[in-house]
Amino acid sequence: MSILINKNSKVVTQGITGKTGQFHTRTSRAYANGKNCYVAGVNPKKAGESFEGIPIFKNVSEAKQQTGVNVSVIYVPPPFAAAAIWEAVEADLDLAICITEGIPVRDMVHVRERMKKERRRTLLLGPNCPGVITPEELKIGIMPGHIHMQGRVGVVSRSGTLTYEAVGQLTELGIGQSTAVGIGGDPVNGLKHIDLLKMFNDDPDTDAVIMIGEIGGSDEETAAQWVKGNMKKPVVGFIAGVTAPPGKRMGHAGAIISGGKGTAQEKLAVMESCGIKVTKNPAEMGKLLKSVLK
Amino acid sequence: MKIHEYQGKELFRKFGVVTPRGFACFSADEAVEAATKLGGSVWVVKAQIHAGGRGKGGGVKIAKSLPEVRQHAGKILGMQLVTHQTGPGGQKVRRLLVEEGADIKKELYVGMVVDRVTQRVCLMASSEGGMDIEEVAAHSPEKIHKVFVDPTTGLTDADAEDVSRKIGVPAPALKESSELLQALYRCFDETDASLAEINPLILTDKDQVIALDSKLNVDDNALFRHPEIVAMRDLDEEDPLEIEASKHDLSYISLDGNIGCMVNGAGLAMATMDTIKLFGGEPANFLDVGGGATAEKVTAAFKIMLSNPQVKCILVNIFGGIMKCDTIAAGVVTAAREVKLSVPLVVRMKGTNEDLGRKILAESGLPIITAGNMGEAGQKAVAAVQAR
Repeated sequence: MSILINKNSKVVTQGITGKTGQFHTRTSRAYANGKNCYVAGVNPKKAGESFEGIPIFKNVSEAKQQTGVNVSVIYVPPPFAAAAIWEAVEADLDLAICITEGIPVRDMVHVRERMKKERRRTLLLGPNCPGVITPEELKIGIMPGHIHMQGRVGVVSRSGTLTYEAVGQLTELGIGQSTAVGIGGDPVNGLKHIDLLKMFNDDPDTDAVIMIGEIGGSDEETAAQWVKGNMKKPVVGFIAGVTAPPGKRMGHAGAIISGGKGTAQEKLAVMESCGIKVTKNPAEMGKLLKSVLK
Repeated sequence: MKIHEYQGKELFRKFGVVTPRGFACFSADEAVEAATKLGGSVWVVKAQIHAGGRGKGGGVKIAKSLPEVRQHAGKILGMQLVTHQTGPGGQKVRRLLVEEGADIKKELYVGMVVDRVTQRVCLMASSEGGMDIEEVAAHSPEKIHKVFVDPTTGLTDADAEDVSRKIGVPAPALKESSELLQALYRCFDETDASLAEINPLILTDKDQVIALDSKLNVDDNALFRHPEIVAMRDLDEEDPLEIEASKHDLSYISLDGNIGCMVNGAGLAMATMDTIKLFGGEPANFLDVGGGATAEKVTAAFKIMLSNPQVKCILVNIFGGIMKCDTIAAGVVTAAREVKLSVPLVVRMKGTNEDLGRKILAESGLPIITAGNMGEAGQKAVAAVQAR
């Protein structure tokens, strides 16, 4: 088992005619069961055509009707990405994964409000995230597949390459992953640490979780408080940005310490007080996880 | 992106936020000319730099005659204005705002940011204007009133009036205050702002409500639809190295330490800085080369890091996914040769084609220190600096 996606998911690529969308659809399809999972693409101007055998439809709803897709991955350029998210939501998919980086925050505020107001059930992962992978089953996103190994540890992180770092360390120690999820570095996004921790908690095939955060916001603290009262499995963590100065945006739009809030020190302290083992050395995330496995 | 107070006020006025009348000036002559045009008998001469705390640093002066306007303008223009936000070196003043004076009966505070939890714009208002709002939040949070604005309706009449009343706006000024708050919300929304602040918002003896100051930051991701705001960018206010980096699509931020680092990915870049600190060193910068680094990009990154004279060592930490380690290795070798690298270089590479990458580094003949993981890389970089 796994969370969010598995070998039975059916995926539509929004932005399949762009360079990025094509590159990653190709590599994702070549991974594990990808050949059976990537069944549709969307581009209103190229409906009826195909990309390397994947049929292209005019919109997500039509792709769903024709192929039964339940997950969308979005590589649409920033000015149009929020509309693409809405298109997946309107088609009532289970999950929309938005890889696109650089979406205006206002666009996200508007699309999130609409999702909440209309009580839409589609889950959103991202934007500005690497995607999600269930090793040896399905990869949806831009992460390197070969560093992963099938197993029983969940990984959730705000940052892309730092997720790979954690996964790489686990695999080197012979510890496989159930699902690895990048939730993205934007201030207004979909699924958060707490949502993924809940899913990993309910997943019978996940034994422990690595949670990786970074400066800015208070999502890690909220998740830690939930872990304290509810989580039945061990959680270990790392927060990037101990050295980040206040008021400076560290690459990600969401990674900024403002008004003295959102510091790494504060997050680490809350996580520790909630029973999450933390390390200040990112090279030891894997080792730390190993230490809590029974 | 940050803009100047006078530019923020121009945008405010477009949306109906009332401000004092004023003109931007670049010389003492222009300042006097502006004061003459404005008329009246009291003017305020304000230094325009992006940092806050200008008043305390001597960058805001009141003039009661035209010769006084000239005198203040002459003094402020060209000064190194030091505030709690500029750092000890201060920021050179190159622009002024000359405004008509205002009668201040009461100072209030109004701010707007995007709240991550509710995923809505949050209006914050307080009766404690003129103060550092973070202090107010820390010591008397009950004095800060918040409204989370529904983006489909905007700031409603009821909410605008309610919050105005809570911060002590008297009955005769309620309508004007509510309209100003609603105008500020429209300005925030339509300019894709990430932060808007009026501190202070003032009440005058005649019950007028006026934005005496303005701070407006705009979402960098939304600048593509605001060419008029992009035109307001003042490169003099930015770090020259950060400007150079942005030309090469690199995300770079100067820090105070002496170990330059080049990493792919923002999270991994922060984690690398943290590792350096963990082993007793100090990072000289944050630098994310992004997903598609080429030899040219790596060379540009090296040049930028090395133009900081503090740098005594460079640490490269790459987790190759889409980006292949051999490509990066070739880039690092080219860059090291081109800039005639004279400080120690520590490289840690992991992921796609890492063996090929290591081979390129080993065969380059350059004195590159390799590391197996990022902890080791941090330790080796710190040791290299200490050995010098």
